[in-house]
Amino acid sequence: MAILTIGGRRTVDVPVGLLGVSMVVAGAMLLPLAYLIVRVAGAGVLWDEISATATREALVRTVVLAAGVTCAATAIAVPLAWLTVRTDLPVRGVWAVVFALPLAVPSYVGAFAFVGALGPRGMLQGALEPLGVDRLPAIYGFWGAWATLTLFTFPYVLLPVRAALRNMDRSFEEAARGLGAGGLETFFRVTLPQLRPAVAAGALLVALYALSDFGAVSILRFDSLTRVIYVRYTSSFDRSSAAALALLLVALSLVIVAIEGSTRGRGRYHAGTRHEAARVVALGWWRWPALACCAAVAAASLVLPLSVMGYWLARGIDAGQSMSFVRETAFNSVYASVLGAALTVAAALPVALLAVRHPGPVSSTIEKITYSGFALPGITIALALVFFAARYATPVYQTLGLLVFAYAVRFLPEAVGACRSALLQVNPNGEQAARGLGRGRAYVFARVTLPQMLPGLSGGAMLVFLTAMKELPATLILSPFGFDTLATQIWHSTTEARFGQAALPALILVAVSSVPMALTMLRDEKAR
Amino acid sequence: MKSLRVLAAAAALLVAGWFAASCGGDSETLTVYSGRTQSLVQPVLDAFAAETGIDVRVRYGETAEMAATILEEGGNSPADVFFAQDAGALGALAREGRLAVLPQEQLDRVAAHFRSREGVWVGVSGRARVVAYNTENVDPEELPDSILDFTDPAWRGRIGWAPTNGSFQSFVTALRVIEGEDVARAWLEGIKANDPVDYANNTAALEAVANGEVDVAFINHYYLLQFLAERGESFGARNYYIKGQDSGALVNAAGVAVLRTAKHADEAEQLVEFLLSEEAQQYFAETTYEYPLSAGVPADPRLVPLSELATPDIDLGDLADLEGTLDLLRATEVLP
Repeated sequence: MAILTIGGRRTVDVPVGLLGVSMVVAGAMLLPLAYLIVRVAGAGVLWDEISATATREALVRTVVLAAGVTCAATAIAVPLAWLTVRTDLPVRGVWAVVFALPLAVPSYVGAFAFVGALGPRGMLQGALEPLGVDRLPAIYGFWGAWATLTLFTFPYVLLPVRAALRNMDRSFEEAARGLGAGGLETFFRVTLPQLRPAVAAGALLVALYALSDFGAVSILRFDSLTRVIYVRYTSSFDRSSAAALALLLVALSLVIVAIEGSTRGRGRYHAGTRHEAARVVALGWWRWPALACCAAVAAASLVLPLSVMGYWLARGIDAGQSMSFVRETAFNSVYASVLGAALTVAAALPVALLAVRHPGPVSSTIEKITYSGFALPGITIALALVFFAARYATPVYQTLGLLVFAYAVRFLPEAVGACRSALLQVNPNGEQAARGLGRGRAYVFARVTLPQMLPGLSGGAMLVFLTAMKELPATLILSPFGFDTLATQIWHSTTEARFGQAALPALILVAVSSVPMALTMLRDEKAR
Repeated sequence: MKSLRVLAAAAALLVAGWFAASCGGDSETLTVYSGRTQSLVQPVLDAFAAETGIDVRVRYGETAEMAATILEEGGNSPADVFFAQDAGALGALAREGRLAVLPQEQLDRVAAHFRSREGVWVGVSGRARVVAYNTENVDPEELPDSILDFTDPAWRGRIGWAPTNGSFQSFVTALRVIEGEDVARAWLEGIKANDPVDYANNTAALEAVANGEVDVAFINHYYLLQFLAERGESFGARNYYIKGQDSGALVNAAGVAVLRTAKHADEAEQLVEFLLSEEAQQYFAETTYEYPLSAGVPADPRLVPLSELATPDIDLGDLADLEGTLDLLRATEVLP
């Protein structure tokens, strides 16, 4: 037991081992960023790079993309959430599941599907060829990247907004109606403001996703920062420039996190104790345009990519392409992701334990540090680890261990969140009783706390596993010799325009992520 | 409690597996960094491994990326052998003193033009720069004699290229060496003004030419024969050989070098030997459709013979300033 005195005011008692392990985890989290800063400072290029015109242009492009995607995703998600929660839209439950599923499509798979379908000489053009359509307007560049990222990120806003709409206290709305406000006025002046925290939380995720996305922007040839960083990394002798830009990307992510924090404001909305189902709006004749909108979004974000991949798969099989490589790459993906999930949850556990059972300034600082992974794009982590390991950690350089470590840094926030909520549901009285019976801390944790946390922990591990399966830039840069995963296979095949070979790995990735997601959503819907 | 024990067992297994995987690259394994793509190179390396019993592990990437990686890794580099797409990257490493001198009898098997003057790398297969054109939209008669003429506004919106590709970068280095820095810069800016489409590599660029996305692309000669073998004669692109003895007609060499820091120098030398052998040269002639450079193996009869190409008269060893080329490509915003 250590007695910590902070600022001479507050004393906290914390088991030394737990504190030590947590500090190691926090230190490991900071390592990539710290090394990148040291390296860029050592090269003395930061200011030159930041003030270069090319950098400024890339920065502007990136910000415009992130802002555009965030606005569009919100504009799609809020109405859809309202339609699927508050109206008598036909088959609401089905739509609820359908609109969560685009999250299972990695953005680079979506991008590859769009290029295959809507490229200047893609499937659509082929179908229109007899009508004399020679080529379609190029989907490359900003609009392609914007549309793709919007279609595959809007569920990040939709899910929290749906939850907020469902749990909202209806008395405010009723009061507004009672005071003579119309339906629209009530929505904009009463309902929407209450949704603000949910929208902001979702928008934050969308913005961070758009900033750090590498695959879709590369396939769609939009030079946002991640792509510029990658090209500089692969085609410059002096990699300090890539490192400097990677730091810039982190700074941008932190700005977005800060903006989200400030929009949350100080306002609080309390749900009343009455939990009645909110009034269902009868759509009447409007149900038809509403259904058409839902169908259009589903067609673009699910039906189109799936059918394009099916088409390319069929063509590949027809052409006699061997698909046997997929077994090994699928195994590699699963293997690396399982290791990643295991390490991430193992690292998250002590941090969550410290934060929940021993709250205080030290533990909250450590917890905050672990959340920094949120603002660390995969490409930044990968570069930092490659640079560091090539110079100072050669035994782990180009090993699976380094890739797994990168996953842990990138996804630790997800796992800490899951561990935290799992732990909050464990009643500490049981632990104290066991301690009172003379059992040691470790014993109590293993026999009392951990078993109760298992469902929550496995949920967290599942989440990390699924995101690691889809991760592209870090996997591309860090994977060891000859270690192809589904994600890197899709990447290499699409860059060589061998779409037939990308189709099967892409379908497997989508299937693996969508099944658990669909099951969870269905269970939620049934529970209501 | 049972689930806990299962969990612990699984964790132990995972850790054991991880160690096994991490230690996979044991001391008996020859490590190759390849700037050439996996689909073209892996079969040869597999054949080498099967014949000699030497385990080979390969890291694939862009040629410049692999060269930069070797420089970044410094003395710690696990690489024994560097297999590059072009002479430029090999020259760049030679300049930094990172390559070991090869045995004279290996060097002698390749014409002096296709090997390093200092004897630190040797060409394995030759590749000619060509202009691939769409057979429907382009009449070969209208194609200019010189690569320099593609800056003509008549080509606006019709050009595809692959600026991250090693062979392309080597071509730009040759342009700088032959025509001078100013001409090279003006050419890049002129093409840029014609709104070229960037492709990730030559395969994608040629595919785009064939399906009419662009009318011409600046690539290497052998991709066409690969596509013809796969898709048949109806494939919509063909090669045009620049006649002007400028860098657009450069014949470059994919080459191999042993690193000075190689931990398996003997095995590395054996690999170089194998790549120059008749068996490997035959593979490059028949499967990748490049020009074999040793063992007297003839090139594919459909190719214009090496001796008839209007190659500019420069030493491939002079293409070492890859760094200067990359800087120029960035300065002209050809690379972001």
